[in-house]
Amino acid sequence: MMSVGLEHYLVLSAVLFSIGLYGVLAKRNAVVILMCIEIMLNAVNIALVAFSRYVVPMFLTGQIFAIFVMVVAAAEAAVGIAIIIAIYRSRQSVDVNKFDLMKW
Amino acid sequence: MFDIVFWILALVTVSAALAVVILRDVFRAALSLVLLFLAIAGIYITLYADFLAVVQVLIYVGAISILIIVAIMLTREVWHGSPAGKLRIPALVVSLLLLGTMVFTVISTNWETSGEPPLQPTTAAIGTSLFGEGGFILPVEITAVLLLAAVLGAIVLIREK
Repeated sequence: MMSVGLEHYLVLSAVLFSIGLYGVLAKRNAVVILMCIEIMLNAVNIALVAFSRYVVPMFLTGQIFAIFVMVVAAAEAAVGIAIIIAIYRSRQSVDVNKFDLMKW
Repeated sequence: MFDIVFWILALVTVSAALAVVILRDVFRAALSLVLLFLAIAGIYITLYADFLAVVQVLIYVGAISILIIVAIMLTREVWHGSPAGKLRIPALVVSLLLLGTMVFTVISTNWETSGEPPLQPTTAAIGTSLFGEGGFILPVEITAVLLLAAVLGAIVLIREK
């Protein structure tokens, strides 16, 4: 078994990102879609930290980028859940197929 | 040592992510999302990112998963489950194509890795480059404005008319 390197972390990150993308495209429950977006953001973070560890180990630029991604993810989760609850109040549903307010 | 830990954590991560996508019970999906976040904190530890691992546990396991579980309870859609929509097969094809492309690119690229030992512990160095001279102080301040806007936006959206 070869020793774990940068490629392993990048492939793991790609697998997680694809699973999240499938969930975002295929699911109908808006809360589950938000959860899948969190999976995708975490996958990107793994790639950033792996690059930081293996390509420039003496600088922490990748980890600092990951911190900014986390902050934006927290803001996105708060606003996303507020939007979902606001729509649920008027539509009594979180099914994205019924979110057609902006259709012409 | 880290190799075995990495393989175990990778297995846990991928199966938890698959459970989030496959499970029909929304609440169980949220619980496996918590497991996924914890396993990713372990992956950060194998990458010598100790500060990020703690931040991951604090923000994701502590705050975001609670927010998601509260949203599930407020919207009373647990009994409807999370069925897949009409676009299931095209979504599967698109994500498999993307996965194939990314894995092919990662494997066929010759990455210039550095053999230097990683910096540890990272907390003081991260603080210096975030707030120190010539560091990331402007993005930090913009992030503060972004957080304020997000909090205000969430309050305005969710307020009773």
